[in-house]
Amino acid sequence: MRFDWDWAFALRILPTLAAALRVTVLATTLGSCLALTLGLLLAVARGSSIRLVSVATGSAVEFVRGTPLLIQIYFLFYVMPRFGVVLSPMATGVLALGIHYSSYASEVYRAGIEAVPRGQWEAAAALSLSRSHTFFRIVLPQAIPPIVPSLGNYIVAMFKETPLLSTITVVELLYTAKDIGSETFRYLEPFTLVGVLFLALSLIAMAGIRFVERRLPAYSS
Amino acid sequence: MTSPTISALMVRTRGLRKRFGGREVLRGLDLDVPEGQIVSIIGPSGSGKSTLLRVLMTLERPDAGRVEIAGEPVFSETVRGREQPASEAHMRRARARVGMVFQHFNLFPHMTALQNVMEAPVHVLAMSKKDAHRHATGYLERVGLTDKLTAYPSQLSGGQKQRVAIARALAMRPPLMLFDEITSALDPELVGGILELLRELSASREMTMVIVTHEMTFARESSDRVLFFDAGLVLEDAPPGEIFTAPRHERTRDFLRSVLQAR
Repeated sequence: MRFDWDWAFALRILPTLAAALRVTVLATTLGSCLALTLGLLLAVARGSSIRLVSVATGSAVEFVRGTPLLIQIYFLFYVMPRFGVVLSPMATGVLALGIHYSSYASEVYRAGIEAVPRGQWEAAAALSLSRSHTFFRIVLPQAIPPIVPSLGNYIVAMFKETPLLSTITVVELLYTAKDIGSETFRYLEPFTLVGVLFLALSLIAMAGIRFVERRLPAYSS
Repeated sequence: MTSPTISALMVRTRGLRKRFGGREVLRGLDLDVPEGQIVSIIGPSGSGKSTLLRVLMTLERPDAGRVEIAGEPVFSETVRGREQPASEAHMRRARARVGMVFQHFNLFPHMTALQNVMEAPVHVLAMSKKDAHRHATGYLERVGLTDKLTAYPSQLSGGQKQRVAIARALAMRPPLMLFDEITSALDPELVGGILELLRELSASREMTMVIVTHEMTFARESSDRVLFFDAGLVLEDAPPGEIFTAPRHERTRDFLRSVLQAR
């Protein structure tokens, strides 16, 4: 087996891969929006004083966290249509990523919310502020800053899991690289470039998280 | 026929009981506080002083007994002629008549002093932002913080934080105000200023005040009535002149001796 890196070939396929990277980034962006929103809703539901709601939410979160993402992707893609729900591969992929990571995000939110001192709820109650007002205006703004790094790490993790979407024909980075490989019988350059692109974007994202982290307010009452 | 003395009660509790785990912190407390009275509560730690305030603020639900604020039952409400445990909405209405200042200030750390004071008037009393701003500025001036309007809690000293907390509670104009050891978390040199402010408030006679305190001089000079709490009950209830000079109970005498010797 010869190691025959072809620079000209690598440069020629780079624009195609860069275009596919857009799909990867789009899936990650939409997936994180869903995960961050749904995760907050799950955290609220899990903290509900209605026992049925909190237990049901807790079980659902554990179920999603305890099963592989790939199986969830397959399930949504192959089984949902049997119930009449037909979504594009991209929409299915975004849904799967969003739901999967919302279960992790909900635990992070919960930790953040629980770390806000009880005195904050009490001070708000003493001022007759409603519970929902207290949650959104008093507690949540204090709960979010400390958990931004954890949430950011999950988004980076999600980004690195997007190649799983290639299994349901989302034409993202890995799918495109395989395509190039099967057309040209050259796999070294496309897969190496895919790795390099993932590494580059992850490093940039992690530097971004650290940048934001340093600028977050550290509250003390 | 309602007698005028009943309707003029700001606080009325009967048989108030509260248990935390195996310990009964309030053991059947009966207390009447007439409107406008300044009451200091003293007593050893764990005697139920703070728990009483927390129950009056509805931060704790009593296990048994009755609480009325300004004649209204707090933990029960009458729905279609039947008395039942109070809903959250009913307790919120009851809360509006009570304000509280805490030992550890509990300021909202992500808001400036002004925003801390404005938050409830805008969102509970539906005051316009402009009016609330003027209103809040007035209260912050009153507590001596004219130059700290836009400071965040982290930029304030303990004494200044407690001033903001007092302004924040005052801005809701509650007829009943509760002060829970508000100088206990302060550095010694800041205590005097807060007590001075508390003295001004009690002298203004704008509201009924119930003050849990370890500051005996304050209790003696600025309250109409002093309650000595011991093991979940009011052991002694007298004007300050009496309780400090001629305490009737051995327990009160011991307590006063130990706290007065400590200084």
